[in-house]
Amino acid sequence: MTNAAVHMEGQLHAPAHGAVATAAVHAKGQQHPIKLYLVVWGWLFVLSTCSYLVDYFGLHGYLRWSLILVFMVLKAGLIVAVFMHMAWERLALAYAILLPPIAVMVFVTIMVLESEYTHFLRVMFFATPS
Amino acid sequence: MAETVLTHSGQSPARLEGWRGIAADWASDQRAFKNVSWGKAMMWIFLLSDTFIFSCFLLSYMTARMSTTVPWPNPSEVFALNIGGHHIPLILIAIMTFVLISSSGTMAMAVNFGYRKDRVRTAILMLVTAAFGATFVGMQAFEWTKLIMEGVRPWGNPWGAAQFGSSFFMITGFHGTHVTIGVIFLIAIARKVWRGDFDVERRGFFTSRKGYYEIVEITGLYWHFVDLVWVFIFALFYLW
Repeated sequence: MTNAAVHMEGQLHAPAHGAVATAAVHAKGQQHPIKLYLVVWGWLFVLSTCSYLVDYFGLHGYLRWSLILVFMVLKAGLIVAVFMHMAWERLALAYAILLPPIAVMVFVTIMVLESEYTHFLRVMFFATPS
Repeated sequence: MAETVLTHSGQSPARLEGWRGIAADWASDQRAFKNVSWGKAMMWIFLLSDTFIFSCFLLSYMTARMSTTVPWPNPSEVFALNIGGHHIPLILIAIMTFVLISSSGTMAMAVNFGYRKDRVRTAILMLVTAAFGATFVGMQAFEWTKLIMEGVRPWGNPWGAAQFGSSFFMITGFHGTHVTIGVIFLIAIARKVWRGDFDVERRGFFTSRKGYYEIVEITGLYWHFVDLVWVFIFALFYLW
């Protein structure tokens, strides 16, 4: 029953609202111009090529790691925001889905500290460091 | 749509935006996700739980790699291929990345045509997406075969830290399973779209519920998530 409401009020992309929606299309659900998807698709290709080139040119150290992370976050952001339409969802959904992964960052911090400690113990007592 | 009768028509009531909107939506004692159907909300919640699963895999990989005293095999060399006499680092993984991104692009357009009720284009784009996905799985099978032939095992490998194999098979294996399930999911929904189930509101075989083109978007959410996970695997496992 709730489906009807959903279908009636699906968010319209601003430009489509005036011009296209009044035309033949019964604009339901997520309606955005195809061009938007093609542009994002192009950017994903560019960003992937960039992250591949980081490896191809053999960059090292903090430059390599920061570039990898930057390209990763940009790609993930584009996919979630545009392809998965999170940019047009109400904040109640966006925050419910996007905030919990922050807990993972806490987990990452804990495990970084833990593995540094493990590494320290291994170097001190068990292994010949390489 | 007989079911429309019970709800308000066309015009949606004005809803608060920003933080007041979040408070109002969650405190309304009804449904928190106002303009999202249960199907879409549940897919998002499932994807959130899947995020935690893959996070745990990547975290265990990070912990193993950070705490080992044995050098980690260089992925750039491990996944290099000789193509036409040239030794190209990581090329197979790069191609797999582009294949998966292309599949995400076609999927996004399939969702778009679905909401325009363009049945044929939606079905074709979904099948193209499934074909890209199958290509990806095929390349992954090739990659696994190559590595196993070279002696990579979950308990060891010729180049360095033993945890390389276990991390690799666990992470890419789980991701490949997700892609495979996605391909099956895509083909099943594409068949329904092609047959016009959502135009005539034919009832589902298991659920006896009417389907809507929204299922294309829900399938798309799953598929984009598979691509999203690959973005993280590509960056953290293959490039790091």
